[in-house]
Amino acid sequence: MRNPLRRVLLILLEVAVPAAVVAAWWVWSANADSFYFPPLAEILRTFADTWVFERVGNDVVPSLVRLGAGFAIAVAVSIPLGTVLGLSTVVRRVSEPIIEFVRAIPPPALLPFAILVLGVGDTMKIFIIAVVCLWPVLLNTIDGVRGVDHTMLETARVYRVRGLERLRRVVWPAALPQIFAGMRTSLSLALILMVISEMVASTRGIGYFVLQSQRSFDIPEMWTGILLLGLLGYLLNAGFALVERRVLRWHRGARASALQ
Amino acid sequence: MTRTLGWAQTWAGVVVVLALAELASRTEVLPSRYFPPISQTFLTLVGQLGRGSFWAAVGHTLEGWALGLGFAALLAIPVGVAIGTSRLRYRACRVLIEFLRPIPSVALIPLAILIYGVGLESKVFLATFAAFWPLMIQTLYGMQDIDPVAVDTARVFGLRRSERLTKVVLPSAVPYVATGLRISSTVALILAVTAELVIGSAGLGREINAARAGGATELMYALTIVTGLIGWGLNGLFTRAERRVLRWHPSQRTVEGGAL
Repeated sequence: MRNPLRRVLLILLEVAVPAAVVAAWWVWSANADSFYFPPLAEILRTFADTWVFERVGNDVVPSLVRLGAGFAIAVAVSIPLGTVLGLSTVVRRVSEPIIEFVRAIPPPALLPFAILVLGVGDTMKIFIIAVVCLWPVLLNTIDGVRGVDHTMLETARVYRVRGLERLRRVVWPAALPQIFAGMRTSLSLALILMVISEMVASTRGIGYFVLQSQRSFDIPEMWTGILLLGLLGYLLNAGFALVERRVLRWHRGARASALQ
Repeated sequence: MTRTLGWAQTWAGVVVVLALAELASRTEVLPSRYFPPISQTFLTLVGQLGRGSFWAAVGHTLEGWALGLGFAALLAIPVGVAIGTSRLRYRACRVLIEFLRPIPSVALIPLAILIYGVGLESKVFLATFAAFWPLMIQTLYGMQDIDPVAVDTARVFGLRRSERLTKVVLPSAVPYVATGLRISSTVALILAVTAELVIGSAGLGREINAARAGGATELMYALTIVTGLIGWGLNGLFTRAERRVLRWHPSQRTVEGGAL
Protein backbone atom coordinates (compact mmCIF):
# COMPACT_ATOMS: atom_id res chain seq x y z
CA MET A 1 0.00 0.00 0.00
CA ARG A 2 2.96 2.32 0.48
CA ASN A 3 3.75 2.26 -3.20
CA PRO A 4 2.54 5.67 -4.45
CA LEU A 5 1.97 4.40 -7.98
CA ARG A 6 -0.34 1.73 -6.66
CA ARG A 7 -2.25 4.30 -4.67
CA VAL A 8 -2.82 6.45 -7.70
CA LEU A 9 -3.98 3.39 -9.60
CA LEU A 10 -6.47 2.53 -6.87
CA ILE A 11 -7.92 6.03 -6.88
CA LEU A 12 -8.19 5.92 -10.66
CA LEU A 13 -9.95 2.60 -10.37
CA GLU A 14 -12.37 4.08 -7.87
CA VAL A 15 -13.36 6.74 -10.38
CA ALA A 16 -13.16 4.60 -13.48
CA VAL A 17 -15.44 1.76 -12.45
CA PRO A 18 -18.53 3.87 -11.65
CA ALA A 19 -17.87 5.93 -14.79
CA ALA A 20 -17.70 2.73 -16.81
CA VAL A 21 -20.98 1.51 -15.34
CA VAL A 22 -22.74 4.76 -16.25
CA ALA A 23 -21.20 4.69 -19.71
CA ALA A 24 -22.31 1.11 -20.20
CA TRP A 25 -25.88 2.02 -19.20
CA TRP A 26 -25.75 4.99 -21.56
CA VAL A 27 -24.57 2.97 -24.56
CA TRP A 28 -26.75 -0.05 -23.84
CA SER A 29 -29.94 1.93 -23.30
CA ALA A 30 -29.30 4.07 -26.40
CA ASN A 31 -29.27 0.94 -28.54
CA ALA A 32 -31.63 -1.28 -26.57
CA ASP A 33 -34.81 0.26 -27.98
CA SER A 34 -36.62 -1.13 -24.94
CA PHE A 35 -39.87 0.40 -23.79
CA TYR A 36 -39.04 -0.13 -20.11
CA PHE A 37 -35.47 1.10 -20.31
CA PRO A 38 -35.42 4.34 -22.28
CA PRO A 39 -32.05 5.83 -23.28
CA LEU A 40 -30.23 7.37 -20.34
CA ALA A 41 -29.80 10.55 -22.36
CA GLU A 42 -33.57 10.84 -22.63
CA ILE A 43 -34.03 10.19 -18.91
CA LEU A 44 -31.59 12.97 -18.07
CA ARG A 45 -33.28 15.36 -20.47
CA THR A 46 -36.66 14.54 -18.96
CA PHE A 47 -35.14 14.93 -15.51
CA ALA A 48 -34.14 18.49 -16.29
CA ASP A 49 -37.56 19.24 -17.79
CA THR A 50 -39.48 17.70 -14.94
CA TRP A 51 -37.60 18.61 -11.81
CA VAL A 52 -35.75 21.83 -12.63
CA PHE A 53 -37.75 23.44 -11.14
CA GLU A 54 -41.23 22.86 -12.35
CA ARG A 55 -42.43 20.19 -9.97
CA VAL A 56 -40.29 21.18 -7.01
CA GLY A 57 -43.00 23.21 -5.30
CA ASN A 58 -45.70 20.71 -6.05
CA ASP A 59 -44.01 17.43 -5.23
CA VAL A 60 -40.56 17.77 -3.71
CA VAL A 61 -41.32 20.39 -1.07
CA PRO A 62 -44.44 18.65 0.35
CA SER A 63 -42.56 15.37 0.47
CA LEU A 64 -39.59 16.86 2.29
CA VAL A 65 -41.80 18.76 4.73
CA ARG A 66 -43.58 15.54 5.70
CA LEU A 67 -40.30 13.74 6.06
CA GLY A 68 -38.79 16.48 8.17
CA ALA A 69 -41.83 16.86 10.40
CA GLY A 70 -42.19 13.12 11.02
CA PHE A 71 -38.51 12.71 11.76
CA ALA A 72 -38.42 15.71 14.09
CA ILE A 73 -41.46 14.54 16.04
CA ALA A 74 -39.98 11.06 16.40
CA VAL A 75 -36.71 12.45 17.76
CA ALA A 76 -38.45 14.90 20.08
CA VAL A 77 -40.61 12.14 21.57
CA SER A 78 -38.17 9.29 21.73
CA ILE A 79 -35.19 10.97 23.39
CA PRO A 80 -37.08 11.98 26.58
CA LEU A 81 -39.03 8.72 26.56
CA GLY A 82 -35.90 6.68 25.98
CA THR A 83 -34.15 8.54 28.80
CA VAL A 84 -36.92 7.65 31.26
CA LEU A 85 -36.96 4.04 30.10
CA GLY A 86 -33.18 3.85 30.23
CA LEU A 87 -32.97 5.20 33.76
CA SER A 88 -35.78 3.20 35.33
CA THR A 89 -35.60 -0.58 35.37
CA VAL A 90 -39.19 -0.92 36.51
CA VAL A 91 -40.66 1.26 33.77
CA ARG A 92 -38.52 -0.53 31.24
CA ARG A 93 -39.63 -3.95 32.38
CA VAL A 94 -43.27 -2.97 32.38
CA SER A 95 -43.19 -1.54 28.88
CA GLU A 96 -40.78 -3.97 27.26
CA PRO A 97 -43.22 -6.52 25.80
CA ILE A 98 -45.41 -3.78 24.36
CA ILE A 99 -42.45 -2.04 22.75
CA GLU A 100 -41.05 -5.30 21.42
CA PHE A 101 -44.35 -6.19 19.87
CA VAL A 102 -45.31 -2.87 18.30
CA ARG A 103 -41.81 -2.54 16.95
CA ALA A 104 -42.09 -5.93 15.26
CA ILE A 105 -45.07 -4.87 13.16
CA PRO A 106 -43.79 -4.19 9.65
CA PRO A 107 -44.30 -0.40 9.42
CA PRO A 108 -46.29 -0.38 6.18
CA ALA A 109 -48.86 -2.65 7.85
CA LEU A 110 -49.76 0.32 10.07
CA LEU A 111 -50.67 2.40 7.05
CA PRO A 112 -54.30 1.20 6.77
CA PHE A 113 -54.71 1.95 10.47
CA ALA A 114 -53.34 5.45 9.99
CA ILE A 115 -55.60 6.06 6.99
CA LEU A 116 -58.62 4.84 8.92
CA VAL A 117 -58.01 7.05 11.92
CA LEU A 118 -56.41 10.13 10.37
CA GLY A 119 -57.65 10.15 6.80
CA VAL A 120 -55.39 10.57 3.79
CA GLY A 121 -53.97 14.02 4.47
CA ASP A 122 -50.58 15.24 5.62
CA THR A 123 -51.34 14.37 9.25
CA MET A 124 -51.54 10.69 8.38
CA LYS A 125 -48.27 10.76 6.48
CA ILE A 126 -46.42 12.65 9.18
CA PHE A 127 -47.87 10.30 11.79
CA ILE A 128 -46.75 7.16 9.99
CA ILE A 129 -43.27 8.56 9.39
CA ALA A 130 -43.00 9.58 13.05
CA VAL A 131 -44.18 6.20 14.35
CA VAL A 132 -41.69 4.35 12.21
CA CYS A 133 -38.77 6.62 13.07
CA LEU A 134 -39.57 6.37 16.75
CA TRP A 135 -38.24 2.86 17.37
CA PRO A 136 -34.62 3.04 16.28
CA VAL A 137 -34.07 6.31 18.18
CA LEU A 138 -35.97 5.08 21.23
CA LEU A 139 -34.14 1.77 21.49
CA ASN A 140 -30.77 3.36 20.92
CA THR A 141 -31.50 6.04 23.50
CA ILE A 142 -32.45 3.37 26.04
CA ASP A 143 -29.27 1.42 25.31
CA GLY A 144 -27.16 4.55 25.34
CA VAL A 145 -28.56 5.78 28.64
CA ARG A 146 -28.19 2.34 30.21
CA GLY A 147 -24.63 2.11 29.01
CA VAL A 148 -23.40 5.27 30.73
CA ASP A 149 -20.21 4.57 32.62
CA HIS A 150 -20.98 3.94 36.28
CA THR A 151 -17.88 5.76 37.43
CA MET A 152 -19.16 8.87 35.68
CA LEU A 153 -22.57 8.56 37.30
CA GLU A 154 -21.04 8.07 40.72
CA THR A 155 -18.64 10.95 40.22
CA ALA A 156 -21.61 13.11 39.29
CA ARG A 157 -23.35 11.99 42.45
CA VAL A 158 -20.37 12.81 44.60
CA TYR A 159 -20.31 16.32 43.17
CA ARG A 160 -24.07 16.55 43.67
CA VAL A 161 -24.86 17.02 40.03
CA ARG A 162 -28.54 16.22 39.94
CA GLY A 163 -31.70 16.31 37.90
CA LEU A 164 -31.63 18.08 34.57
CA GLU A 165 -28.03 19.10 35.13
CA ARG A 166 -27.04 15.46 35.42
CA LEU A 167 -28.91 14.59 32.21
CA ARG A 168 -27.43 17.48 30.28
CA ARG A 169 -23.86 17.12 31.41
CA VAL A 170 -23.41 13.41 31.97
CA VAL A 171 -26.12 11.14 30.62
CA TRP A 172 -26.99 12.66 27.26
CA PRO A 173 -23.45 13.38 26.08
CA ALA A 174 -22.49 9.81 26.92
CA ALA A 175 -25.50 8.41 25.09
CA LEU A 176 -25.27 10.74 22.12
CA PRO A 177 -23.19 8.58 19.76
CA GLN A 178 -25.70 5.80 20.07
CA ILE A 179 -28.66 8.16 19.73
CA PHE A 180 -27.14 9.37 16.49
CA ALA A 181 -26.78 5.82 15.24
CA GLY A 182 -30.51 5.39 15.83
CA MET A 183 -31.31 8.66 14.11
CA ARG A 184 -29.36 7.61 11.07
CA THR A 185 -31.37 4.39 10.75
CA SER A 186 -34.54 6.40 11.26
CA LEU A 187 -33.72 8.84 8.52
CA SER A 188 -33.57 6.17 5.84
CA LEU A 189 -36.78 4.66 7.22
CA ALA A 190 -38.41 8.09 7.03
CA LEU A 191 -37.64 8.33 3.33
CA ILE A 192 -39.05 4.86 2.68
CA LEU A 193 -42.28 5.52 4.54
CA MET A 194 -42.60 8.90 2.89
CA VAL A 195 -42.58 7.17 -0.49
CA ILE A 196 -44.95 4.38 0.54
CA SER A 197 -47.48 6.71 2.14
CA GLU A 198 -47.49 8.88 -0.97
CA MET A 199 -47.96 5.85 -3.18
CA VAL A 200 -50.95 4.59 -1.25
CA ALA A 201 -52.89 7.77 -0.68
CA SER A 202 -51.84 11.06 -2.15
CA THR A 203 -52.23 13.52 -4.96
CA ARG A 204 -48.86 15.18 -4.51
CA GLY A 205 -45.38 14.13 -3.63
CA ILE A 206 -42.53 12.26 -5.24
CA GLY A 207 -43.90 8.81 -4.42
CA TYR A 208 -47.21 9.75 -6.00
CA PHE A 209 -45.43 11.12 -9.07
CA VAL A 210 -43.39 7.96 -9.62
CA LEU A 211 -46.33 5.59 -9.36
CA GLN A 212 -48.58 7.84 -11.43
CA SER A 213 -45.97 8.05 -14.19
CA GLN A 214 -45.80 4.28 -14.29
CA ARG A 215 -49.59 3.98 -14.44
CA SER A 216 -49.80 6.36 -17.36
CA PHE A 217 -46.79 4.70 -18.99
CA ASP A 218 -44.64 7.84 -18.90
CA ILE A 219 -41.58 5.67 -18.54
CA PRO A 220 -38.84 8.33 -18.75
CA GLU A 221 -40.71 10.38 -16.13
CA MET A 222 -40.92 7.34 -13.90
CA TRP A 223 -37.18 6.85 -14.20
CA THR A 224 -36.51 10.47 -13.29
CA GLY A 225 -38.53 9.96 -10.13
CA ILE A 226 -36.55 6.86 -9.21
CA LEU A 227 -33.35 8.77 -9.91
CA LEU A 228 -34.51 11.66 -7.76
CA LEU A 229 -35.38 9.36 -4.85
CA GLY A 230 -31.99 7.69 -5.11
CA LEU A 231 -30.34 11.08 -5.12
CA LEU A 232 -32.38 12.19 -2.10
CA GLY A 233 -31.45 9.03 -0.23
CA TYR A 234 -27.80 9.63 -0.94
CA LEU A 235 -27.89 13.32 -0.02
CA LEU A 236 -29.82 12.77 3.21
CA ASN A 237 -27.41 10.07 4.25
CA ALA A 238 -24.35 12.13 3.37
CA GLY A 239 -25.78 15.26 5.00
CA PHE A 240 -26.55 13.42 8.17
CA ALA A 241 -23.08 11.88 8.27
CA LEU A 242 -21.69 15.40 8.05
CA VAL A 243 -23.82 16.66 10.94
CA GLU A 244 -22.99 13.59 12.97
CA ARG A 245 -19.27 14.02 12.45
CA ARG A 246 -19.47 17.65 13.49
CA VAL A 247 -21.62 17.11 16.57
CA LEU A 248 -19.65 14.10 17.71
CA ARG A 249 -16.25 15.50 16.91
CA TRP A 250 -15.24 15.14 20.53
CA HIS A 251 -16.09 11.48 20.46
CA ARG A 252 -13.19 9.35 19.36
CA GLY A 253 -15.19 6.37 18.20
CA ALA A 254 -17.15 8.48 15.77
CA ARG A 255 -14.20 8.98 13.50
CA ALA A 256 -13.67 5.30 12.90
CA SER A 257 -17.36 4.69 12.20
CA ALA A 258 -17.66 7.68 9.90
CA LEU A 259 -15.34 5.87 7.50
CA GLN A 260 -18.07 3.40 6.67
CA MET B 1 -37.48 -14.15 43.77
CA THR B 2 -36.30 -11.09 41.87
CA ARG B 3 -36.90 -13.04 38.70
CA THR B 4 -40.51 -13.69 39.61
CA LEU B 5 -40.87 -10.02 40.41
CA GLY B 6 -39.46 -9.15 37.00
CA TRP B 7 -41.93 -11.42 35.26
CA ALA B 8 -44.79 -10.04 37.30
CA GLN B 9 -43.85 -6.49 36.32
CA THR B 10 -43.53 -7.45 32.67
CA TRP B 11 -46.92 -9.09 32.49
CA ALA B 12 -48.56 -6.47 34.65
CA GLY B 13 -47.56 -3.93 32.01
CA VAL B 14 -49.19 -5.93 29.23
CA VAL B 15 -52.37 -6.54 31.20
CA VAL B 16 -52.72 -2.90 32.23
CA VAL B 17 -52.24 -1.62 28.68
CA LEU B 18 -54.75 -4.10 27.26
CA ALA B 19 -57.26 -3.26 30.00
CA LEU B 20 -56.84 0.47 29.41
CA ALA B 21 -57.32 0.01 25.67
CA GLU B 22 -60.47 -2.01 26.29
CA LEU B 23 -61.80 0.57 28.72
CA ALA B 24 -61.03 3.47 26.43
CA SER B 25 -63.02 1.96 23.57
CA ARG B 26 -65.90 0.82 25.77
CA THR B 27 -66.29 4.27 27.25
CA GLU B 28 -65.84 5.92 23.85
CA VAL B 29 -62.82 7.88 25.04
CA LEU B 30 -61.36 6.46 21.87
CA PRO B 31 -64.23 6.37 19.36
CA SER B 32 -65.09 2.69 18.97
CA ARG B 33 -65.81 3.20 15.30
CA TYR B 34 -62.08 3.57 14.82
CA PHE B 35 -60.86 1.71 17.86
CA PRO B 36 -63.00 -1.35 18.48
CA PRO B 37 -62.55 -2.95 21.92
CA ILE B 38 -59.39 -5.02 21.98
CA SER B 39 -61.34 -8.08 23.15
CA GLN B 40 -63.38 -8.04 19.96
CA THR B 41 -60.25 -7.73 17.89
CA PHE B 42 -58.88 -10.82 19.60
CA LEU B 43 -62.15 -12.69 19.04
CA THR B 44 -61.94 -11.80 15.34
CA LEU B 45 -58.37 -13.00 15.32
CA VAL B 46 -59.34 -16.33 16.87
CA GLY B 47 -62.16 -16.62 14.34
CA GLN B 48 -59.68 -16.12 11.52
CA LEU B 49 -57.56 -19.00 12.71
CA GLY B 50 -60.11 -21.47 11.39
CA ARG B 51 -60.23 -19.95 7.92
CA GLY B 52 -58.36 -21.19 4.90
CA SER B 53 -58.18 -17.73 3.34
CA PHE B 54 -56.38 -16.39 6.40
CA TRP B 55 -53.73 -19.09 6.29
CA ALA B 56 -53.38 -18.60 2.55
CA ALA B 57 -52.62 -14.90 3.13
CA VAL B 58 -50.09 -15.78 5.82
CA GLY B 59 -48.56 -18.29 3.45
CA HIS B 60 -48.27 -15.76 0.63
CA THR B 61 -46.56 -13.25 2.88
CA LEU B 62 -44.15 -15.83 4.23
CA GLU B 63 -43.48 -17.08 0.70
CA GLY B 64 -42.43 -13.59 -0.40
CA TRP B 65 -40.31 -13.21 2.73
CA ALA B 66 -38.58 -16.56 2.35
CA LEU B 67 -37.83 -16.23 -1.36
CA GLY B 68 -36.66 -12.64 -0.94
CA LEU B 69 -34.37 -13.48 1.95
CA GLY B 70 -33.16 -16.63 0.19
CA PHE B 71 -32.21 -14.89 -3.04
CA ALA B 72 -30.65 -12.03 -1.09
CA ALA B 73 -28.50 -14.51 0.86
CA LEU B 74 -27.47 -16.36 -2.31
CA LEU B 75 -26.36 -13.09 -3.88
CA ALA B 76 -25.15 -10.98 -0.98
CA ILE B 77 -22.86 -13.41 0.83
CA PRO B 78 -20.77 -14.41 -2.22
CA VAL B 79 -20.63 -10.81 -3.43
CA GLY B 80 -19.61 -9.64 0.04
CA VAL B 81 -16.91 -12.29 0.25
CA ALA B 82 -15.66 -11.51 -3.25
CA ILE B 83 -15.45 -7.77 -2.63
CA GLY B 84 -14.19 -8.11 0.91
CA THR B 85 -11.24 -10.36 0.14
CA SER B 86 -9.50 -8.07 -2.33
CA ARG B 87 -8.47 -4.50 -1.84
CA LEU B 88 -8.61 -3.97 -5.59
CA ARG B 89 -12.20 -5.17 -5.89
CA TYR B 90 -13.19 -3.31 -2.74
CA ARG B 91 -11.89 -0.01 -4.04
CA ALA B 92 -13.44 -0.61 -7.45
CA CYS B 93 -16.91 -1.18 -5.99
CA ARG B 94 -16.89 1.21 -3.03
CA VAL B 95 -18.32 4.25 -4.77
CA LEU B 96 -20.97 2.19 -6.53
CA ILE B 97 -22.07 0.67 -3.23
CA GLU B 98 -22.18 4.06 -1.55
CA PHE B 99 -24.49 5.31 -4.29
CA LEU B 100 -26.73 2.28 -4.64
CA ARG B 101 -27.22 1.44 -0.99
CA PRO B 102 -29.20 4.53 0.09
CA ILE B 103 -31.69 4.20 -2.78
CA PRO B 104 -34.97 3.54 -1.03
CA SER B 105 -36.06 0.13 -2.29
CA VAL B 106 -39.64 1.28 -2.56
CA ALA B 107 -38.62 3.71 -5.30
CA LEU B 108 -38.31 0.62 -7.48
CA ILE B 109 -41.96 -0.38 -7.00
CA PRO B 110 -43.12 1.14 -10.32
CA LEU B 111 -40.27 -0.55 -12.15
CA ALA B 112 -41.12 -3.86 -10.51
CA ILE B 113 -44.75 -3.53 -11.61
CA LEU B 114 -43.68 -2.77 -15.17
CA ILE B 115 -41.31 -5.68 -15.48
CA TYR B 116 -42.80 -8.32 -13.20
CA GLY B 117 -46.47 -7.39 -12.96
CA VAL B 118 -48.41 -7.42 -9.71
CA GLY B 119 -47.78 -10.97 -8.53
CA LEU B 120 -45.26 -12.83 -6.45
CA GLU B 121 -42.32 -11.94 -8.68
CA SER B 122 -42.57 -8.23 -7.95
CA LYS B 123 -42.74 -8.92 -4.24
CA VAL B 124 -39.70 -11.17 -4.34
CA PHE B 125 -37.75 -8.72 -6.47
CA LEU B 126 -38.36 -5.87 -4.01
CA ALA B 127 -37.67 -8.01 -0.95
CA THR B 128 -34.46 -9.32 -2.52
CA PHE B 129 -33.22 -5.88 -3.47
CA ALA B 130 -33.86 -4.46 -0.02
CA ALA B 131 -32.55 -7.44 1.92
CA PHE B 132 -29.40 -7.64 -0.21
CA TRP B 133 -27.76 -4.51 1.18
CA PRO B 134 -27.64 -5.08 4.94
CA LEU B 135 -26.42 -8.62 4.43
CA MET B 136 -23.79 -7.66 1.87
CA ILE B 137 -22.50 -4.81 4.03
CA GLN B 138 -22.35 -7.04 7.11
CA THR B 139 -20.45 -9.69 5.14
CA LEU B 140 -18.08 -7.01 3.94
CA TYR B 141 -17.47 -5.81 7.51
CA GLY B 142 -16.91 -9.39 8.58
CA MET B 143 -14.23 -9.83 5.94
CA GLN B 144 -12.41 -6.81 7.29
CA ASP B 145 -12.52 -7.69 10.95
CA ILE B 146 -10.32 -10.76 11.02
CA ASP B 147 -7.71 -11.39 13.64
CA PRO B 148 -4.42 -10.75 11.80
CA VAL B 149 -2.63 -13.18 14.12
CA ALA B 150 -4.95 -15.99 12.99
CA VAL B 151 -4.28 -15.23 9.34
CA ASP B 152 -0.54 -15.02 9.87
CA THR B 153 -0.57 -18.26 11.85
CA ALA B 154 -2.41 -19.98 9.03
CA ARG B 155 0.10 -18.62 6.60
CA VAL B 156 3.04 -19.84 8.69
CA PHE B 157 1.54 -23.31 8.75
CA GLY B 158 1.51 -23.22 4.97
CA LEU B 159 -2.22 -23.05 4.36
CA ARG B 160 -2.99 -22.09 0.82
CA ARG B 161 -5.10 -19.05 -0.02
CA SER B 162 -8.26 -21.05 -0.56
CA GLU B 163 -7.71 -22.96 2.70
CA ARG B 164 -7.14 -19.75 4.61
CA LEU B 165 -10.44 -18.50 3.23
CA THR B 166 -12.46 -21.53 4.30
CA LYS B 167 -10.66 -22.25 7.58
CA VAL B 168 -9.93 -18.79 8.97
CA VAL B 169 -11.63 -15.95 7.14
CA LEU B 170 -15.11 -17.36 6.63
CA PRO B 171 -15.59 -18.79 10.14
CA SER B 172 -14.54 -15.55 11.74
CA ALA B 173 -17.01 -13.63 9.56
CA VAL B 174 -19.94 -15.84 10.57
CA PRO B 175 -21.16 -13.58 13.41
CA TYR B 176 -21.41 -10.64 11.03
CA VAL B 177 -23.27 -12.72 8.48
CA ALA B 178 -25.65 -13.97 11.17
CA THR B 179 -26.43 -10.41 12.25
CA GLY B 180 -26.87 -9.44 8.60
CA LEU B 181 -29.31 -12.30 8.10
CA ARG B 182 -31.39 -11.17 11.05
CA ILE B 183 -31.57 -7.58 9.82
CA SER B 184 -32.30 -8.72 6.27
CA SER B 185 -35.07 -11.00 7.48
CA THR B 186 -36.85 -8.01 9.02
CA VAL B 187 -36.31 -5.98 5.87
CA ALA B 188 -37.58 -8.74 3.59
CA LEU B 189 -40.77 -9.02 5.65
CA ILE B 190 -41.31 -5.25 5.50
CA LEU B 191 -40.92 -5.22 1.74
CA ALA B 192 -43.19 -8.24 1.28
CA VAL B 193 -45.95 -6.47 3.21
CA THR B 194 -45.29 -3.23 1.34
CA ALA B 195 -45.63 -4.96 -2.02
CA GLU B 196 -48.91 -6.49 -0.92
CA LEU B 197 -50.17 -3.15 0.26
CA VAL B 198 -49.05 -0.93 -2.61
CA ILE B 199 -49.04 -3.29 -5.57
CA GLY B 200 -51.77 -5.60 -4.36
CA SER B 201 -49.88 -8.91 -4.46
CA ALA B 202 -51.67 -11.61 -2.51
CA GLY B 203 -50.88 -11.68 1.19
CA LEU B 204 -51.55 -10.08 4.58
CA GLY B 205 -50.77 -6.54 3.42
CA ARG B 206 -53.50 -6.68 0.78
CA GLU B 207 -55.96 -8.24 3.25
CA ILE B 208 -55.31 -5.50 5.81
CA ASN B 209 -55.96 -2.79 3.26
CA ALA B 210 -59.05 -4.60 1.98
CA ALA B 211 -60.37 -4.89 5.54
CA ARG B 212 -59.94 -1.15 6.02
CA ALA B 213 -61.60 -0.31 2.71
CA GLY B 214 -64.49 -2.67 3.51
CA GLY B 215 -65.02 -1.19 6.95
CA ALA B 216 -64.04 -4.41 8.75
CA THR B 217 -62.14 -2.53 11.42
CA GLU B 218 -61.71 -5.45 13.83
CA LEU B 219 -60.32 -7.60 11.04
CA MET B 220 -57.90 -4.85 10.05
CA TYR B 221 -56.56 -4.68 13.60
CA ALA B 222 -56.49 -8.45 13.93
CA LEU B 223 -54.43 -8.87 10.77
CA THR B 224 -52.09 -6.04 11.74
CA ILE B 225 -51.49 -7.86 15.02
CA VAL B 226 -50.73 -11.01 13.04
CA THR B 227 -48.04 -9.25 11.00
CA GLY B 228 -46.55 -8.05 14.28
CA LEU B 229 -46.57 -11.58 15.66
CA ILE B 230 -44.87 -12.86 12.51
CA GLY B 231 -42.22 -10.15 12.68
CA TRP B 232 -41.66 -10.80 16.37
CA GLY B 233 -41.53 -14.56 15.85
CA LEU B 234 -39.07 -14.40 12.98
CA ASN B 235 -36.83 -12.02 14.85
CA GLY B 236 -36.87 -14.27 17.90
CA LEU B 237 -36.09 -17.27 15.73
CA PHE B 238 -33.07 -15.61 14.19
CA THR B 239 -31.81 -14.32 17.52
CA ARG B 240 -31.98 -17.79 19.02
CA ALA B 241 -30.41 -19.43 16.00
CA GLU B 242 -27.64 -16.85 16.13
CA ARG B 243 -26.97 -17.61 19.77
CA ARG B 244 -26.96 -21.34 19.18
CA VAL B 245 -24.76 -21.31 16.10
CA LEU B 246 -22.30 -18.87 17.61
CA ARG B 247 -21.98 -20.35 21.06
CA TRP B 248 -18.32 -21.01 20.30
CA HIS B 249 -17.64 -17.44 19.33
CA PRO B 250 -15.99 -15.31 22.03
CA SER B 251 -17.46 -12.04 20.92
CA GLN B 252 -21.20 -12.48 21.20
CA ARG B 253 -21.62 -8.86 20.41
CA THR B 254 -24.86 -7.01 20.91
CA VAL B 255 -25.91 -5.26 17.76
CA GLU B 256 -29.01 -3.18 17.53
CA GLY B 257 -31.46 -4.60 15.07
CA GLY B 258 -31.64 -2.01 12.36
CA ALA B 259 -34.29 -2.01 9.72
CA LEU B 260 -34.98 -0.41 6.44
